Amino acid sequence: MTRFAGLSRRAAVALVVSVTVLLVLPLFAGGYMVSVLVVMLFSAYLGQAWNIMMGFAGQLSLGHALYVGLGAYVSAGLFVHYGLPPWIGMLAGMAIAGLAGTVIAALSFRFGVTGTYFALLTIAFAEFTRLAFNHFDWVGSSSGLFLPVATLANDDVLRLRGSPAMFYYILLALTLAALALSRMLLRWRIGFYWQAIREDQAAAQALGIDVFRYKIAAVALSAVMTAIAGTLFAFYDNNLYPDTAFGISRSIDIITAPIIGGLGTLIGPILGAVVLTALSETMTNVSASLGINGLKQFIYGAALLVIVMLQPAGLWPWLRSALRLDEGKT
Amino acid sequence: MTVPLLSVDGISKRFSGLQAVDGVSFTVPPGAIVGLIGPNGAGKTTIFNLIAGVFRPDAGTIRLDGGDITGLRPDLACGAGIGRTFQVVRPFGALTALDNVMVGAFKRTASPATARRAALQILERVGLADKANAVAASLTLPDRKRLETARALATSPKLLLLDEVMAGLRPVEIDVMVRVFADLSRETGLAILLTEHVMRAVMVLSQHIVVVHHGQKICEGPPEAVARDDKVIACYFGAARARS
Repeated sequence: MTRFAGLSRRAAVALVVSVTVLLVLPLFAGGYMVSVLVVMLFSAYLGQAWNIMMGFAGQLSLGHALYVGLGAYVSAGLFVHYGLPPWIGMLAGMAIAGLAGTVIAALSFRFGVTGTYFALLTIAFAEFTRLAFNHFDWVGSSSGLFLPVATLANDDVLRLRGSPAMFYYILLALTLAALALSRMLLRWRIGFYWQAIREDQAAAQALGIDVFRYKIAAVALSAVMTAIAGTLFAFYDNNLYPDTAFGISRSIDIITAPIIGGLGTLIGPILGAVVLTALSETMTNVSASLGINGLKQFIYGAALLVIVMLQPAGLWPWLRSALRLDEGKT
Repeated sequence: MTVPLLSVDGISKRFSGLQAVDGVSFTVPPGAIVGLIGPNGAGKTTIFNLIAGVFRPDAGTIRLDGGDITGLRPDLACGAGIGRTFQVVRPFGALTALDNVMVGAFKRTASPATARRAALQILERVGLADKANAVAASLTLPDRKRLETARALATSPKLLLLDEVMAGLRPVEIDVMVRVFADLSRETGLAILLTEHVMRAVMVLSQHIVVVHHGQKICEGPPEAVARDDKVIACYFGAARARS
């Protein structure tokens, strides 16, 4: 079979078509629609970052908002106080989030805190960081941190000031980069080791895998990737509040898309983000046109339930075989 | 006398009230196949776990190829040259048979292509080549046992610990596995320590047998001698039979 970069012909065609559609989409979408698409890509990218830790290495984090918040606050704080360019601040945010992830993982795994208890610990760290930031005056404590809004004639990518369309393309590039990275990781030794740890830690260890080190690596990489989205959030929204930046509802939002799309798969987090964002938008419109408050949440919840019941492994494994894209092992 | 590959010297392990292993010593010469037998609960699996680093012995030392590996973590024990299978098989269920074995093969190389080649060769060797792309969770028990062995072999161990890999296999399948291990040992000089309830496999494969009972070594020697030993017969069939 003809293959392109290890993909089957069908998979390669599907990829090219999807990317083309995503590239031209903002040209045809209105301002509101572009902002919806930005939300969708945030969700896709964050899902990919979380998927590396949970989907690949099997370590459940229910506090991923911690790394979003750190990436956002560090870069925004450095920008507001010292005028540090956001891309440099982003590096600082990535470093601090990576360090936080490493410390949390090292402490937990060293003392044998795993599984459900580890997940609880991730919530705890996100929560007490949220509380700490509520009293952290350097970043505005609970009354929030605001970035000066500049009205520019043109998008300024270097200073991250510009239209939603600019953010859309930055996020699209990030999402595709994360896809390529995830695919490489799964083909390298580290990806095999992560999956072995996910499947059976004792057996993995018996095969010579330093489980402690590889689990930390998964958490740290996931945290660093998540922090990138945090910086973009900060400069897209221009305001930050600890309760939303570090809030548990953001953590839950992050994990829904990859679960619906297909845990541990490459396309799952992206597909999940597309489906959930479309579902959410449709329900908002239906809810508004019928004038029934709360209908959106009700139907959204019911739809999630149906998907999880019918396709517990997620939508992607099902769609992949329906479209006969299996050969490329995406 | 040759220097042993593995030398276990007076190891003991106690689990709260139970003295699971009590001062057991034995050796495995280079390239040899040694059987470790005994009734259920004799402490065979615990001895394996002590050698593989799952538990640290309360007393005694374990040396492999001259180096002290006593109490080494399982991944480091593997690095030192111990490959092991689990009595209750532990396949990486969501991965294919090939990917399972590749995980082991990555012990020796970081290159996916090299690991893949090595894994395919080993699958061929244990008779699983036609199931290479099958998901491990879908394999039958005999195939999972083969996979378990293949994965351990892929780490290129100096000593392979086989914990009842024949259990649940049909006689024909046992003969196949016996041949696989005999060939491996002869061709590659791999040393094997095996526990097994399938006596025909133990008797045919082992050059030397160590018998444990209630955590203590009660006898050791060549298979024929061990099979005639009164203490061994007593612990397997009861004392009355042995005395008569």
